[in-house]
Amino acid sequence: MNDARAVIVGSGPGGATAADVLTAAGWDVVILEKGRNHLIDLEAPYEPKGEFSNDELKFGFRHFLGPDPLAEPRTFRRGEADGDRIHVGDVNNLPSTVGGGGPHADGKLPRFREDDFHVRSAFGPIEGAAVEDWPLTYDELEPYYAEVERLIGVAGAAEANPFAAWRSGPYPMPPGPDMYGATLTAPAAEKLGLHPYRAPTGANSEPYDGRPACNNCGFCGFYGCPIHAKGDPIASLRRALLTGRCEIRPEAYVTEVVLDGSGRRATGVRYLDAGRRVQEVRAEHVVLACGAFETPRLLLRNGLANSSGLVGRFLTVHFQTFVVGGFPFDLLGDRGRAVTHLHDDFIVPGPDDVAAAREAGLPWMKGGVVEHGSAAGPIQEAVEYPPGELHTAAMRESALRRKLWVFTMQGEDLPQATNRIDLDPAVVDAWGFPAGRLTYSPHRHELVASAHFAPKLEAVLREAGAEWTIATTSPPAPDAAFDTPLGVAPASRHIMGTCRMGADPATSVVDPEGRFWDVENMVCADSSVFVTAAGYNPTLTLTALAHRTASKLAGIGPPGG
Amino acid sequence: MIRLVGPVWLSPEDHAVVAAAGDRLVPGSAETGVADYVDTLLGAFEFDPPRIWAGGPFSGRHGGEAGFDSFLALGAVEELAWRTRIEGSRGLPEREFNGPVRGLQEEYRDGLASLGTDFATLSPEEQDARLGAVPEFKALLYRHACEGMYGDPVYGGNRGGAGWAAIGFAGDVQPRGWTAVEMRPPAASEDGRPPAASEDGHA
Repeated sequence: MNDARAVIVGSGPGGATAADVLTAAGWDVVILEKGRNHLIDLEAPYEPKGEFSNDELKFGFRHFLGPDPLAEPRTFRRGEADGDRIHVGDVNNLPSTVGGGGPHADGKLPRFREDDFHVRSAFGPIEGAAVEDWPLTYDELEPYYAEVERLIGVAGAAEANPFAAWRSGPYPMPPGPDMYGATLTAPAAEKLGLHPYRAPTGANSEPYDGRPACNNCGFCGFYGCPIHAKGDPIASLRRALLTGRCEIRPEAYVTEVVLDGSGRRATGVRYLDAGRRVQEVRAEHVVLACGAFETPRLLLRNGLANSSGLVGRFLTVHFQTFVVGGFPFDLLGDRGRAVTHLHDDFIVPGPDDVAAAREAGLPWMKGGVVEHGSAAGPIQEAVEYPPGELHTAAMRESALRRKLWVFTMQGEDLPQATNRIDLDPAVVDAWGFPAGRLTYSPHRHELVASAHFAPKLEAVLREAGAEWTIATTSPPAPDAAFDTPLGVAPASRHIMGTCRMGADPATSVVDPEGRFWDVENMVCADSSVFVTAAGYNPTLTLTALAHRTASKLAGIGPPGG
Repeated sequence: MIRLVGPVWLSPEDHAVVAAAGDRLVPGSAETGVADYVDTLLGAFEFDPPRIWAGGPFSGRHGGEAGFDSFLALGAVEELAWRTRIEGSRGLPEREFNGPVRGLQEEYRDGLASLGTDFATLSPEEQDARLGAVPEFKALLYRHACEGMYGDPVYGGNRGGAGWAAIGFAGDVQPRGWTAVEMRPPAASEDGRPPAASEDGHA
């Protein structure tokens, strides 16, 4: 006797979307979430819990959304030459809470381009990188993109971006108001031949789906939204709960996927509850949506779904380039949605970019989407200045907050087999299980692209009025100082590719529908399945893929089809 | 507002040393309550729920009901992590899964002993020398002074929002938020730039 038709591990954007799709199809599901529930009352009528707030200490310094690095450490090394690890603590930590990485994201939700699904065919191989095509096309995913934009509530302008992929309809909402700094940097970018546009964002520009319009409070990235104007997973989880066919169990730490005698079918999952008692959910289907760090960690602990030997491998982040400009006046960066403009020019290489790549001995290079943004809290600013008598004057001058504008390029990171998640041989979590370990170094492509595009961004900031500019990359960059203010491990929270999707079980972990090759009734609904990283924020794509995987599982066709 | 009746973890003497040392690192932080901030953190578990995470969704300063005062309960794993961080692992196996952890209370006990009970009476030069002799504790105190000065007042520092007022920061602004008009400086000209650098750009 099963407890549910499907058990879903993880309540982030992927798991929440799977729950939404499956409950709408009449399935009953149980969602297990390792973290706490700060999001939504689990009794009808499922109101928000009201625990999110404009509180920099709680969100920026006290691990409110988890995971607490003391209880759930991760480890990092650049490669085997580093030994077992060079860092223990926070490594690409996405929130571990009901809603997963959704509540803390500032909700930039661009689609990938057509090319991004067949980079190998469009651009060719690069030595030392495992650049491959996805086993599906943009055209196949488009209806799911359109559907999840509607379900999440994405505000954007369809015609604004000349590099955008084709779309079947408009965004469900117009863009929200521009940040002041972006009204300076967007025209400057245009003047230098770039094509900035208003960022498609999962923050309501008008009341939508029973949630209010964003009021531009400025506490956006890394904060949960106190008024639920963000398209975090509260909407999909609430819809699933309202069907009466969804149960969410927070503080449920999944220890294993339970198999039947054949070893090829799951009968459910076992977990430890808040009191560390062993519990089990029996289900016809298992959906793993723990994120691209924790999904492979669970599989590797279980020795499961890994006949290819590729679980955890081909991990990608975004190789972020940060270009910062200091202005002689206040940019009001603490008002608005943290980022309101993007440009995609560096994703579509021009002749100049191709020439620079060839000069560096690479066949091609791709950068990533560039975010025009700002916003940092005063504590985060304060700790950057030296202590002592000049501290107050520095805070009043606020060179590093009010007068700062930041371009973040989410550079495409090429997959490499050596970049991976595995299990740390010694460090464990509070439950006594091996910590996940990230081994990561950028490919030379990322370093060359960063060095090529950064000066173009510095020029834009100067054109916009910046008096000084600096450029830096996310760690680890081989020539940069080892321990930067950004830490030792990659700063990007975008993490992908550790259970690669493919058409051949020898070279991939899940099939083109997201089903694990080795476990016939288990699917993956997170960014683990990505084949390549693209230079775009991953959440909309992982959500569209989760929708598609869940729809196929339930035997229903594409939305609107 | 929650009011402390006196230090809950620091002795009155240590409270005075934290205030003086905090003020040397972040001027003005003593007056805005940096020692109360540190005391509330080190003594967080003297309260139920512990004063780790303030409630939500609004402070009441910009409309809505005041919810920050209702601190949130911790889950089992969170309590384990925060007790370990504050109290240290104390030889308890459930806290030492990766070996012993020194807690903030111990860091402060040792650090304050190094600064000396006469710290507040010293000259600025002598205070700097004593702080310089314990660089790790100085770094910890500095971070906590920044947190106390610019964190929400509900955590014990930034009394009455004085730290924010001094730098023209509005703090939490929900549920009021900012209007589209307020997102631009009042003096912005046609091309969007303010006519001159403004000292207090915030309206």
